Amino acid sequence: MSKNTLMGWVDKRFPATKMFKEHMSEYYAPKNLNFWYFFGVFSMIVLVNQLLTGIWLTMFYEPSADGAFDAVQYIMYDVEYGAILRYLHSTGASAFFVVVYLHMFRGLMYGSYKPPRELVWIIGMFIYLVLMAEAFFGYLLPWGQMSYWGAQVIFNLASAIPVYGADLLDWVRGDFLISGATLNRYFALHVVALPVILLGLVVAHIIALHEVGSNNPDGVEIKANKDENGIPRDGIPFHPYYSVHDLQGIVLFLFVFIAVTFFFPDGGGYFLEKPNFEPANGLKTPEHIAPVWYFTPFYAILRAVPDKLLGVVAMGGAIACLFLLPWLDRSPVKSMRYKGFLSKVGLTVFCVCFVILGFCGVKSPDAYFLPGLTWKITGQICTVLYFLWFITMPFISKAEKTTTPPTRLTVSH
Amino acid sequence: MIRDDVNHGRRRLFIGLTAATGAVGAVGAAVPFVGSWMPSAKARAAGAPVTVDISKLAPGQKMTVEWRGKPVWIVRRTPEILETLKTDALESHLRDPMSEQITQQPTYAQNEVRAIKDEYLILVGICTHLGCSPLFKPEVDTAEFGDNWFGGFYCPCHGSKFDLAGRVFQGVPAPLNLEVPPHYYVSDSVVTIGEDGTSAEGAA
Amino acid sequence: MEKSMKKTLISKLQVICGVVGLAFGLAATQSQAAGGHNVDLQKAPINLEDKASLQRGARLFTDYCMGCHSVNYIRYERLTTDLSIPEELVKQEFIFNDKDIFAQMRISTPAEYGKKWFGTTPPDLTLATRWRSPDWVYSYLLGFYEDSSRPYGVNNSVFPNVGMPHIMANMQASVSDEEFKSAMGDLTNFLTYTADPDKLERENIGRWILIFLAILFIPVWFLNREYWKNVH
Repeated sequence: MSKNTLMGWVDKRFPATKMFKEHMSEYYAPKNLNFWYFFGVFSMIVLVNQLLTGIWLTMFYEPSADGAFDAVQYIMYDVEYGAILRYLHSTGASAFFVVVYLHMFRGLMYGSYKPPRELVWIIGMFIYLVLMAEAFFGYLLPWGQMSYWGAQVIFNLASAIPVYGADLLDWVRGDFLISGATLNRYFALHVVALPVILLGLVVAHIIALHEVGSNNPDGVEIKANKDENGIPRDGIPFHPYYSVHDLQGIVLFLFVFIAVTFFFPDGGGYFLEKPNFEPANGLKTPEHIAPVWYFTPFYAILRAVPDKLLGVVAMGGAIACLFLLPWLDRSPVKSMRYKGFLSKVGLTVFCVCFVILGFCGVKSPDAYFLPGLTWKITGQICTVLYFLWFITMPFISKAEKTTTPPTRLTVSH
Repeated sequence: MIRDDVNHGRRRLFIGLTAATGAVGAVGAAVPFVGSWMPSAKARAAGAPVTVDISKLAPGQKMTVEWRGKPVWIVRRTPEILETLKTDALESHLRDPMSEQITQQPTYAQNEVRAIKDEYLILVGICTHLGCSPLFKPEVDTAEFGDNWFGGFYCPCHGSKFDLAGRVFQGVPAPLNLEVPPHYYVSDSVVTIGEDGTSAEGAA
Repeated sequence: MEKSMKKTLISKLQVICGVVGLAFGLAATQSQAAGGHNVDLQKAPINLEDKASLQRGARLFTDYCMGCHSVNYIRYERLTTDLSIPEELVKQEFIFNDKDIFAQMRISTPAEYGKKWFGTTPPDLTLATRWRSPDWVYSYLLGFYEDSSRPYGVNNSVFPNVGMPHIMANMQASVSDEEFKSAMGDLTNFLTYTADPDKLERENIGRWILIFLAILFIPVWFLNREYWKNVH
């Protein structure tokens, strides 16, 4: 009883119980969510990991052109558990993109962007954008060769803009070359500004989701069928059912994450690239330079277009298209399970192209992917197919024959 | 639909087991975060023992060396000074004349003169009140410091007084004697501060 | 019914693991190809648990390399803790200046001299095996050959026209090929250690965490099953 009175005291002043009910114990989620729905909660776990290890790394890091590389090695060699904290952070960055890409794929597959969830999707896309900026600025901080030359290439995209390009480039760098001034400003954005924005967006993402309710693999609205108490007949309380279910997923995820962090922190040279173990040197470009893996699909699209400005436009457009999905998909059903053959082919081709573009981004354009097929041509074909998916979607989704989703959901996990 | 034949006992059992195991995990996960706040190898390197040649220190003089960023005083005491340290006129006004507070000196300096060699006083020059560094006032100045003053250290921040063995006077804000750091004599005129003399070359 | 659901879950997980594994496999072969430089590298005999080899490597490094190259991020003290070299020995045989045991293994040759003598500043080698690879370093050390067109009369098959002279030429001439290869293996082993000195300890911690997570999964799995058996 005393517990009740204490909570009662709090609840009169702060809606703790009300919020818990609204978002946990009386938030009704479809009972047929499958493992694809783990990736949202995984990204929350990674976010917490990034925030904690990030705060700790900031305690030992020094954002200056002279001190940054040594400061990172100070963390790696001199700080107690420093190497573990840094590897958790660097592996976490890659893990973030793994789970976010799979989370987005889930959305594409089950039509989670379609009405009424357009804002859930768009806020999610903004999270993705901020995440890319956060990852890019974070990669600058170790001040190794890859930090420096990767930044050199990306900042030079600004110079593609007509007339103002050169001035804009100086403005984003704060200097006439990438220097300590550049490092300092992106350090501030990485550790303060972007995390604050990211947290705000994540809260907005969840508020929007809980307003409209979770989608599910069948793409059926559970709110359309409620019992006499107004509770969806095919919904179950998120807590305890999905909290215990997610816990299972989280332990499995942590197992993989810890295994990679402690045994393969380099990720085969893809999570921590080899040239970044050499201090930044503005006079010597590394022999082999490629962005970190999670940027390579867009980098490949940039390179696929033989014009500097149009390349930048194509790269921006590749991301912008994703924002438009809620309005490009005009299918009467949400889930790929009930869409027609062409939609299924379309999504498959789109995803395969995205992965191939990812490999394309780390390859020399003149090397051969398959006999007679250079990576350059491969990249161009995949870029065309990438955009073709968006362009054809309004027509295919409207015209193709769909099957009828069930009216009730069945448990399948 | 949720069937209501709930087995509450089993649910509680697995909640308990999960929570208990999870708690162990949470403690484990905290280890790197807590551990990383310990002084780093760099800090420990900067805090390494310092070795000092004291052969040029004249009787009655004080020299200061830095150890872990703190001033460490070495005072060469004359036989007259050592004499006064043992008088009742002085000791009856001290809080801890026999250095019974074990945190303030290694056991080998737990004596009336608080030293391995009577002649040399080695102290961390930080007031035990609030961390100021006291001033060296070796002269017998009863006008300024009172009748029982035979020379010592005076803290300008809050007026704490210590004698020439670093022992604190009664009635001043500082609660404890000044700290004697771990140290050992490498030879007659060379002393290492910051380490007990347990290694082979240590015993003085 | 429960069983068939688990089965589908497991089969799906297998598919995912397969795809992830494939991607990693592909990535691994790709990265090896990328580091090749058209030269066949020899496999370095790396064994971080072989302390005798690491000790010999440390000795070779301080004797032959530290005239020009540092291992800045390693402190002499680590030679006593990680490599079990007695402290007295480190003080007498490894530290050539008046530095104390906690000091980093830096060198006193100013960078400008290196540039003047060799055309380039000899780099710090703490992380060399990470921006190259252990195999590259090993092959490089074994890759010197006579070439009268070069300033020091030697060239290198792995690093053509390298500025560094063959500092171990005398040693190579005085021992058998096998002995020399073994010595260079020790040196490479030591430089692999310096690039990630906590590797073994970290992997050991990692193993315990994985064991813990496997144990944690047991009550979590039962907990989930206990709740979900009521969901239909």
